[in-house]
Amino acid sequence: MNNISNINQSLFAQRKRANKIGLSLSMGAMFLGMIFLFWILGVLLFKGFSAIDLNLFIQSTPAPGSEGGGLANAIVGSLMIVASCTLISTPIGVLAGLYLSEYGDRSKVAAVTRFVTDIMLSAPSIVIGLFVYALVVAQVRHFSGWAGTIALALIAIPVVVRTTENMLRLVPGSLREAAYALGTPKWKVAYKVTLRAAKSGVITGILLALARISGETAPLLFTALNNQFFSTNMNAPMANLPVVIFQFAMSPYDNWVDLAWGGALLITFTVLGLNILARVVFREKVQG
Amino acid sequence: MDITQSHSAPTPQALKIAKVQRIQDFLFYVITQFFALSVLIALMGILISLLFNAWPALSTFGPGFFFSLDWDVVKGQFGGLIAIYGTVVTSVIALVIAVPLSFGIALFLTELCPSYLRRPLGTAVELLAAVPSIIYGMFGLFIFAPLFAEYIQPPLAGTLGQIPGFGILFSGAFNGIGILCAGLILAMMILPFIASVMRDVFEIVPPVLKESAYGIGCTTWEVVRNVVLPYTKAGVIGGIMLGLGRALGETMAVTFVIGNAHRLSASLFSPGTSIASTLANEFGEAEAGNHLSSLYALGLALFIITFIVLACAKWMLINMEKKQGLKT
Repeated sequence: MNNISNINQSLFAQRKRANKIGLSLSMGAMFLGMIFLFWILGVLLFKGFSAIDLNLFIQSTPAPGSEGGGLANAIVGSLMIVASCTLISTPIGVLAGLYLSEYGDRSKVAAVTRFVTDIMLSAPSIVIGLFVYALVVAQVRHFSGWAGTIALALIAIPVVVRTTENMLRLVPGSLREAAYALGTPKWKVAYKVTLRAAKSGVITGILLALARISGETAPLLFTALNNQFFSTNMNAPMANLPVVIFQFAMSPYDNWVDLAWGGALLITFTVLGLNILARVVFREKVQG
Repeated sequence: MDITQSHSAPTPQALKIAKVQRIQDFLFYVITQFFALSVLIALMGILISLLFNAWPALSTFGPGFFFSLDWDVVKGQFGGLIAIYGTVVTSVIALVIAVPLSFGIALFLTELCPSYLRRPLGTAVELLAAVPSIIYGMFGLFIFAPLFAEYIQPPLAGTLGQIPGFGILFSGAFNGIGILCAGLILAMMILPFIASVMRDVFEIVPPVLKESAYGIGCTTWEVVRNVVLPYTKAGVIGGIMLGLGRALGETMAVTFVIGNAHRLSASLFSPGTSIASTLANEFGEAEAGNHLSSLYALGLALFIITFIVLACAKWMLINMEKKQGLKT
């Protein structure tokens, strides 16, 4: 009898030990993850803040070896490319999302589209750059802001499609049925009832897509390329923050590297800000 | 009398409205379907254009392209093995490190975390996933690589590097940048992706299952190992493969720290290259002809590999969602 309880006790101690080790490792992992986040943000703030001054916003990128300079052309270029990309991908993404949620329950086409969209969400962005290079740049024989816009739109559309579909599915069926019962045609129900009820969810999706494309570098390397000068011509090579950061960070000039850190700080906080904004918009909807 | 008449015979005006609405509905259906199909068209377009542009290289070098070590721009000899090796090895290193860590994070967020911390910590993990990859690259090049060369590589070479045979992986100069460093930065990058998928699938486990295990006296660790993990196996593997898909195709984070050298070396400390970083470095300056076409071929290989990995991931996660459907 005594023997058995001894075995039990040692087994119990062993199980408790395994539990403790497992849970401590789990806490350690969480701790490490948080260290990464604050380490990266801390480095960005520390290195980037000293580079941010008025010149960063009003001067264009400096020539090799020259002093000073800013990122004005890159900031404007990025804003223009991202804005036109949003204008293109929002209607396409929302309409495709409407199809998936309103007609896509039993159709094979919708199931395949959904599957492919999910894969395109994580597809390597540099390959999308290659595709747009082959499709646009190689045909018109010059890099352009529009090519960059198309490449980014290909990345943004799947994000908008999937969030829109998910948000539209949250709209209760009874709301749709009430509208049908009044004799409303399907397109009007989708457009004026379902979409309107899911408005903030759809905005969340657009904000997330914006956050995703604002930091994308790889697809812009061979499409928008870069431009040392201030330009608002979407039909010519266009400076943009990610590519400027890439080129300047790899350069041997100290002031270029400083500018790259300044740009990195701007981009990261824009992206994180958009992400947080998307969350706030969505939460308000869920509570309201 | 009037009323029944209006029911049996709709007025011509009502018929007209119904007809217009039917046309509108049809148009709405066709238009939305067209945009949904545009995603499929884009996918087909990517595959076809890559294949079309890669064809000259693939027909010149044959299937041996993917097994050849040559990458000589001057002589015009190209093979993809070095870049494919770099891509696979960095991704495997990233997975080996990121999977246990993200499992720990997901476990903490679902089982251990006090409820008031759950949302802020979950959001923090998702923000880590949102940081643009170029930032990870800069961080790796300027901050992590020097520390890595000074504090991590020497002890690694001193311990693991002394094991006969296996030790060759940890030999060579302490440069900081190289394949191992790229793998570590990638691990940091995919960690939050895998962790948030794992957290989502852990939350699917019906509370009743966990509570009955706790009820017979299981510890938290035993509940996770024997109830949560078996129940969510497919979802966990799906999440890992999703992370793998990300790691394989990642460009900027890798390009900064891998060293960009077309050399095959046994040591993980030595610089190498991956498909994505080769494309980022050479595509803009490549001459039309075999060089450009070989780069397209690498892009095609990358796209197909990631497509297969992501498709498997998605398939497993869909099965997981079906399970969730059964629960309710």
